[in-house]
Parts: sequence; structure tokens; C-alpha cells
Amino acid sequence: MKLVIAYIQPAALHKVKQALTDVGVGRMSVANAQGVGQQGGYTESYRGADLEIVLRKKVRLEIAVNDDFVERTREAIIEGARTGNFGDGVIFVVELVACYRIRTGESGSPAVG
Amino acid sequence: MQLSRKKLLILPLLLAAVAPAPAAAQTAADAMFTVNNTWMLVATLLVFMMHLGFSFLEVGLTQSKNTVNILFKNVSIIAIGLLTYAIVGFNLMYPGEFSIGGFFGFAGFGIGTDAAGLTAEYSEGYTYWTDFIFQAMFAATAATIVSGAVAERIRLASFLVFATVYVGLVYPFVGSWKWGGGWLDEMGFYDFAGSTLVHSVGGWAALAGVFLLGPRLGKYVNGRIHPIPGHSLPLAAAGMFLLWFGWFGFNGGSVLSADPGLVSLVFVTTSLAASAGIITAMLTTWTVQKHPDLSMVLNGALAGLVGITAGADVVSVMGAVIIGGVAGVLVVFSVMLFDRIKMDDPVGAISVHLTCGIWGTLAVGIFSPDHSFFTQLIGVAAYGAFALTSAFVIFSVIKATMGLRVSEEDERRGLDLAEHNMEAYPDYQIVITR
Repeated sequence: MKLVIAYIQPAALHKVKQALTDVGVGRMSVANAQGVGQQGGYTESYRGADLEIVLRKKVRLEIAVNDDFVERTREAIIEGARTGNFGDGVIFVVELVACYRIRTGESGSPAVG
Repeated sequence: MQLSRKKLLILPLLLAAVAPAPAAAQTAADAMFTVNNTWMLVATLLVFMMHLGFSFLEVGLTQSKNTVNILFKNVSIIAIGLLTYAIVGFNLMYPGEFSIGGFFGFAGFGIGTDAAGLTAEYSEGYTYWTDFIFQAMFAATAATIVSGAVAERIRLASFLVFATVYVGLVYPFVGSWKWGGGWLDEMGFYDFAGSTLVHSVGGWAALAGVFLLGPRLGKYVNGRIHPIPGHSLPLAAAGMFLLWFGWFGFNGGSVLSADPGLVSLVFVTTSLAASAGIITAMLTTWTVQKHPDLSMVLNGALAGLVGITAGADVVSVMGAVIIGGVAGVLVVFSVMLFDRIKMDDPVGAISVHLTCGIWGTLAVGIFSPDHSFFTQLIGVAAYGAFALTSAFVIFSVIKATMGLRVSEEDERRGLDLAEHNMEAYPDYQIVITR
């Protein structure tokens, strides 16, 4: 089992969710985040002075998948989020040691779904 | 207010006891002039407050990434409205004499008056300056109606150019046809406080703008309507209450004096219409839309207020309730209709001001025995034809020259960053994840 963590642009969320649903990945967790990568920060202005904004708004997806789903999940995220510009985001795949469904008590692969 | 009025009334009585009758009448008239003028200035303050109401309403019903932009437009509009009215609008709206048969007249650039303008010689209700500033507040509200409908995707500069031309020239020009004593006034057309002259004039422009701009990104996709919820319903509700508060001056001041009977009647008809609008909008949204939608009820209150604005002083209490009630139903269906024909109006401005402005104007012909439905219809049609056409032309010229809409990327980032390079809520992150 793997945990796929993806940081994407907020504007890409809609397309990514759609792409994931299309490949059969319907369960995920979505959170607001701030972050910075190669895109770097930017400058705002306020009352005559510049305001350095280092962290940009991001959206973090966390998707627990069985090993055979990792590939299609990765591809779906890229398909939905890639624009070719800096700031498209990053995907981490982490080893998932255990998974439990709270309602039924199932564990392991069936709990991942 | 109570106490000083008593003092003012006692004074002429005391003087009457010691002075000959004509002088007492003169002093009583002076006192009345002061009372009238004072009320008119208070009404001016109330109409001014409506700009705060509009600001809150628009901010509350739009996304937080565009809040700076909305506020910027609202702040600019009051300034543009007042200044253009001083430079050209006031004398275009009240030319005194018409050069082209009740259709066009201009009394010259700038404002100013002589000593007589400060007395009851000018008018028993107000001084020249009061007249100017009270009417100027109205002019600014006409432009503000447009800003809500075109929000979240219009270029700031384009909007400001439009507002300057429309409020500066079109609003006062068509306004002269009725309030300036022009051809519609002579025909017997009636618009007490501006259902047509202010609200529908703003509404027609909003319609033209929404049509030429196109909907916000992501609003209508694959034949489905994807709502873009406002980010603060508390602000929106506060805005509605402030607008109602201001409407006491908008309608109350349109009596153009402190006549106790008329002003108090207008307070009642205005409030009952707003209340009826809330109730019927509530019933409509609760049934047709399955759940009672707060934003629709807020629109319902405003719909009732716009509806009664044409005839607040000439309809009965029952008439006011019906007018407001019908408006509350109309606005809900109008909002849904515009969404179905892909006319994206983030705050429902077209439904509140145009749909209900027309209804309120026609309702005078229905509920007031002294006014003809047919004449009201002529007025509605005349204003519609000219306002819509001129707004369409102005927006089209702007679209062809400087562009009307922001780029897709700017719209996604939000106009606050794209046009102003600043955020409305830098302290905490309101991020939309849909």
C-alpha cells in the first residue's frame, strides 16, 4: 500500500479530481497548504512599499492506494495538474504501513479501497 | 430631533404673540424651510450610507480574491458620481429650460448659486446646495448597480471609463425627461424616487455589461450551472440592512420636504414593501429551491424596496405590500432565469434593479388611480430603449478599444492580485478548493 501525496495549484484541483475519478480513484483527502518550490515567491505592494510573499497557496492531496493503483493515480494527477509552467507541483509516494477503516474495523488492502 | 422641533415651533408662537401677523407668518415659513432643509440633508446622509450597503453586499456575495477590487470600484464610483454631477450632471438633469422640446437641455458646466439659492426663494424644501448634494448621491448609486453585475471579471480601468461616461452623461440626460420636467413628466409619467430613473437605468447597463462580458470562468460548464458562492454572507446581510436603512432617505427624501404626512407615509410603504419582499422571496426560495436561501431573501428585501420606489407616496398600504410581495417572487425567478440563459450576475443586480424596477414603475399605473399604466409603460420603454442602447454602445466601444475583460489567468489568480497587487485578507488564508 502506498500513500500518494501531491502538492498542486489550487486552480488545478478541479481537473485533477476529475482525472482521478475517471481512473477509478474516488477517495482522497484535500487540504489547503502553503508552499514554495522552483516557482519562487512574488511581490505584492502595500502603501508605497513592496511586500515579499515567499509562500504561495497550494492544495495538498493525500490518496491511499494499493500498489497496483499507484501508476494510474500518478498519471491522473499529472494529467490534471500539468500546465508546463513552474509551480505545477510535486508528487511524493510514501510507503503506507497499515490502513484501518474506522466504521468496520477492516484493515489492509480492502480498507484502502 | 423631537426637542429641537418643539423649540422651533415655540419660537414663532412666541414671536406671534408680540409681533404683527405677517412677520409671524414669515418666521414660521423660515422655520419650516429650515426643518425641510434639515430633513433633506439627513436624507442625503442616508442615501450616502447606501454606498456602504452596496459595498458590503457586493463583497459578501463575491469571492475573497476579488474583494479589494470590488471595494475599489465602490469607492471610486461615489467620487466619480459626485464630481461628474457637479461638473455636468446636475445641470443636464435639471436644465431649467429645454433646448430640444422636453428632450434635451443643459444649464451649463459647474455648480454655483446666488444668495437667493440659499433661501426658500429657490425652493420651499431645500437650498440649492442641498438640492445638488441630495441628487448627486442618487447619481452615484446608479453606477454602483452595474459594479455588482460585472464583478470578478471586468477590467478596472474599463469599468471606470464606463461609469464616468454613463453616470456623467447618460444618467442625467435621461433623468431630465422626468425629474427635470421633460417630455415624460409632461406626459404624466410618474417615478417618485427612481425605480426607473435610477434602478432600471443601472439595471439596463448591468444587462448590457453582463452580456458583453460573458460569464465568469467555470460558472457554466457542460450545460450545468456551477455556483460560485460568495465568501461572506454576514457582510452581505449587513449590506442589505444598510441599504434598507439608506432607503428611508432615498424614498423619504424624495418627498423633497419634511412634510410630516408624506414622509411618514413613505417610511411605512417603503418598509412594508421590503418586508413583503422578504416574506415572498422566502416562501419562493423555500419551495422552488427546496431550501430557504439567505442570499435570495436578501435580494427579496431589495427587490421590494426597488419595487416601491416608483410609487411610495401614491400607493396604499395594501398596494405597497402587494408591490413588495410580487417583487420578492419576481426576483427569485429572475435570478434563476438569468442563470439558465447564461447571463452571469454574481449579486443578482439585474434581477433586483431591472426586473423589479420595471415592475415597480408599472405597478404605479396599477395601484395608483391617478396614474395610467400605459403612460408608465411608455416611460419604461423609453428609458429601456435609450439606457440599454447607450450602455451597449459604450461597453462595445470600450471592448473594442481597451478591452473589457481580464485575462483568464488574471481571473483565476483573482483581481486583487492581478489588478491591485494586494490582498484583502493577507492575515489569514481563505482558499477556495472546489
